[in-house]
Amino acid sequence: MSEHYVVLLVLVPLLASPLCMFSRNARAAWGFAVLACLTSLYLVFQVWTEVMATGPITYHLGDWAPPVGIEYRVDAVNAWVLLIVAVIGSVVAPYARVSVEREVEAARIPLFYSAFLLCFTGLLGIAVTGDVFNVFVFLEISSLSAYGLIALGQDRRALTSAFRYLIMGSVGATFIVIGIGLMYVMTGSLNMADLAQLLPQVWDTRTIKVAYGFLAVGVFLKLALFPLHLWLPNAYTFAPSAVTAFIAATATKVAVYMLLRFFFTVFGAPFSFDVMRLDLVLLPLALVAIVSMSLVAIFQVNVKRLLAYSSVAQIGYMILGISFASVTGLTAALLHLFNHALMKGALFMAMGCVMYRVGSVHIDAMAGLGRRMPLTMAAFVVAGLSLVGVPLTVGFISKWYLILGALERGWWPVAVLVLITSVMALVYVWRVVEVAYFQEFPHDEDTQEAPWALLIPMWVLVLANVWFGIDAQTTVASAEQAARTLMGGVP
Amino acid sequence: MTPPALVLASVLIPALGTVFVLLLRNNPNAREAASLVTAGVLFGTVLRVYRAVMAGDRPAIVLAEPIPGIPIELEAEPLGVLFALIASFLWIVTTLYAIGYMRGHHEENQTRFYTFFAFAIASVMGVAFAGNLFTLFIFYELLSLTTFPLVTHAGTEAAKRAGRIYLGVLFSTSIVFQLLAIIWTYAIAGTLDFTSGGILSGRAAAGIVPVLLGLFVFGVGKAAVMPFHRWLPAAMVAPTPVSALLHAVAVVKAGVFSILKITVYIFGIDFLTQVGASVWLMWVAAATIILGSLVAFTKDNLKARLAYSTVSQLSYIVLGAMLANASGVIGGGMHIVMHAFGKITLFFCAGAIMVAAHKTEVSQLKGLGRTMPVTFFAFFIGTLSIVGLPPAGGSWSKWFLGMGALEAGQVGLVAVLMLSSLLSLAYLMEIPLKGFFYAPDEAPHHAGVHEAPTPSLIAIVATAVACLILFVFPDPFYELMTLVVTP
Repeated sequence: MSEHYVVLLVLVPLLASPLCMFSRNARAAWGFAVLACLTSLYLVFQVWTEVMATGPITYHLGDWAPPVGIEYRVDAVNAWVLLIVAVIGSVVAPYARVSVEREVEAARIPLFYSAFLLCFTGLLGIAVTGDVFNVFVFLEISSLSAYGLIALGQDRRALTSAFRYLIMGSVGATFIVIGIGLMYVMTGSLNMADLAQLLPQVWDTRTIKVAYGFLAVGVFLKLALFPLHLWLPNAYTFAPSAVTAFIAATATKVAVYMLLRFFFTVFGAPFSFDVMRLDLVLLPLALVAIVSMSLVAIFQVNVKRLLAYSSVAQIGYMILGISFASVTGLTAALLHLFNHALMKGALFMAMGCVMYRVGSVHIDAMAGLGRRMPLTMAAFVVAGLSLVGVPLTVGFISKWYLILGALERGWWPVAVLVLITSVMALVYVWRVVEVAYFQEFPHDEDTQEAPWALLIPMWVLVLANVWFGIDAQTTVASAEQAARTLMGGVP
Repeated sequence: MTPPALVLASVLIPALGTVFVLLLRNNPNAREAASLVTAGVLFGTVLRVYRAVMAGDRPAIVLAEPIPGIPIELEAEPLGVLFALIASFLWIVTTLYAIGYMRGHHEENQTRFYTFFAFAIASVMGVAFAGNLFTLFIFYELLSLTTFPLVTHAGTEAAKRAGRIYLGVLFSTSIVFQLLAIIWTYAIAGTLDFTSGGILSGRAAAGIVPVLLGLFVFGVGKAAVMPFHRWLPAAMVAPTPVSALLHAVAVVKAGVFSILKITVYIFGIDFLTQVGASVWLMWVAAATIILGSLVAFTKDNLKARLAYSTVSQLSYIVLGAMLANASGVIGGGMHIVMHAFGKITLFFCAGAIMVAAHKTEVSQLKGLGRTMPVTFFAFFIGTLSIVGLPPAGGSWSKWFLGMGALEAGQVGLVAVLMLSSLLSLAYLMEIPLKGFFYAPDEAPHHAGVHEAPTPSLIAIVATAVACLILFVFPDPFYELMTLVVTP
């Protein structure tokens, strides 16, 4: 049985998705969604434990041998990404019930959970598969369901944001499939491990270089690398709170994983960094993203949008780590993948709580909430400090490795820049904190603390921020093992 | 309890004290009693750590290991014990003072005040007993966070603005300079443990040592070396007990203590002298000493004047560290103690004048000494200690600092020390002089003014007397500092 876990972790949410749709009952749909997420989490955890203990697992779908058949292949890298997606899904699903009841039309709630599970399936699928075309299929599953989820937002602007994301996302997906097609033309294979063997023979053809370019741009669009991030702020701002928390914590992370998988495993680090000089593209874009987006975030008045811009900056940190092309740099990027999911998940969930009680996430709506909603705002402060990178939180651990990586390369101006942008993060987090704690609550009606159904999942993430900040041994070990796997090339 | 458990207890006791403060929030007398008892128990615990360390023990305990190879570790060594001793002792006195002040001044949210005060002390103990740079950094940042609600206690627009400067300067310097220096140190040495003789000797290239040391000195913003001193005057919006204990003793001393500790245990004074890395920073400190004194002159607000005096005095300790010889380090360590007692006395007096006579400006103090003789006489003694005149304890630290400057061959710095003593004498002595020898501007105005509330008065007398005792009896601190410089 346990050898099928690898495929079951995708199948369970995939099959639960139509169940949600046909149940036509909000509660039942929610029940299926939570159950499916938790089952996936259990399976992912088993797989992760096995990979960490005994090395990569492979699974042949329908027993068709690769490279003809589709192969699922889990090593230290995607086990790590699977864990991130499954953990966040399992925390957001229980949170969603109360939040979604408030923000989504009752009749559409079963559809919401159906789309949510499809998105979850797609993201897990991208991470688990060892076949490049299968990556594209799962990418479309996750993207299309994400467009639908974002369009369910209360604000009518959610529709235009979703449409914009649809256009940009489809351009990205098309670029990716063109890249995959060109690789197939040259090698006749779609299997990642197989491609890694075959590609070096055709390295110096223009076709492969063009394929590389298409893949790079497609993936950059998906992971919202500056300046291809324009779809992200609106999508995050107008989506329902639970959707923002889920997508912000997972979708871009999985896109970063695609980048790592394509450029380190399929093409290999030597081709990416010695032939294509990917670092020359990544480093400046990452730095511009970090600085400009942190600056833009400081001047936002909608807190969800503020956090969205902050996300683009944080993605810059991950890309920066990758551009170091060293084990320390990759460790930093992979750590931040997980750590940023924890902090942004918690922060967007806090905004969901505010949305639930106050009905707005404009910065003025936070006035006096430090007293009215102490647990929500305390969560915001802790997760916000984690975003800044204060010690004893996960944010500090990622910063530590990122700066260590920069100093190893001798790039001390980069290290200084990273630290300066941390201070900028402090500024935009503190703006919210000041309003919440120093201004009086303007309304007379009794706004109370958010319900426990929202608080508990949120605090699970907040405490995880602290827990993995105090004991980062496991996360560092996993990230480091994944980084070594990537630098080593073939999984 | 075993010595390592005592060290851990020193950090936990104040944190646990907050539980009692919160539980007893509806009964102010019991709440303040809980604060006093906690402070007393803490001092007792630190005394036992002191005995263990004097007996040659170096109790250490590892709490967690967030990043492989970099544990969160507490370790008691002589310099840390010295800092912990004065911080815990003065916490008792300050609590006593705060009882009179906070009630006399009708402050609100007193439970929050005592709670965060205790948390701040817990962070201070963590700074004092940090076993490596990483642990030091954690408690350093915790101290900034836990004192923020105390600085903004009043909740007014002014308090909010001051809080912004406070957190802004302290966090920016610590994140941009100090953290960079810490990670850089780790990249060079592969460890962050405080080790006798330093960890960089033989590993760091001579060219980068001055840069690294500069990053530490400016990165420890709590030491208020110019140009990163603005947070300290800003923090004066806090209630006076906070200014007294935290912004004359605990927080600022945590800064200079960190610099001393980093100089001795990360760089090693021999290594620094050998590469001459600290010479440029001696002059930065000297400039802060003089400029701080000059700015203090221009301030009519009593607390602001004391704040700039602190900026100036802190750089004495930074200077002691940068001299990088035995006398300099001993002088720096001694000055942590002497300045603590002297400056806390001055702040206590300033607060007493504010509560009893509602005066905040130096120019308003004429003749007030006749109605508040005890307060003004205590201020006089505190002044003697700050200036470094016998029979007050401050004489000893100035003596050693002067010796250190001569040993380092920096005669110019001796002149700076002398000049600064004269300056501080001038701007501080003005207050008791005005109080005792000037005629009041408008006589009836002082009618009904008495001395401060009794608990506050006891505290003032206690610290003033301590300044005198320290002149006759500085041995325990001298012995501790000797242990620091003789490995």
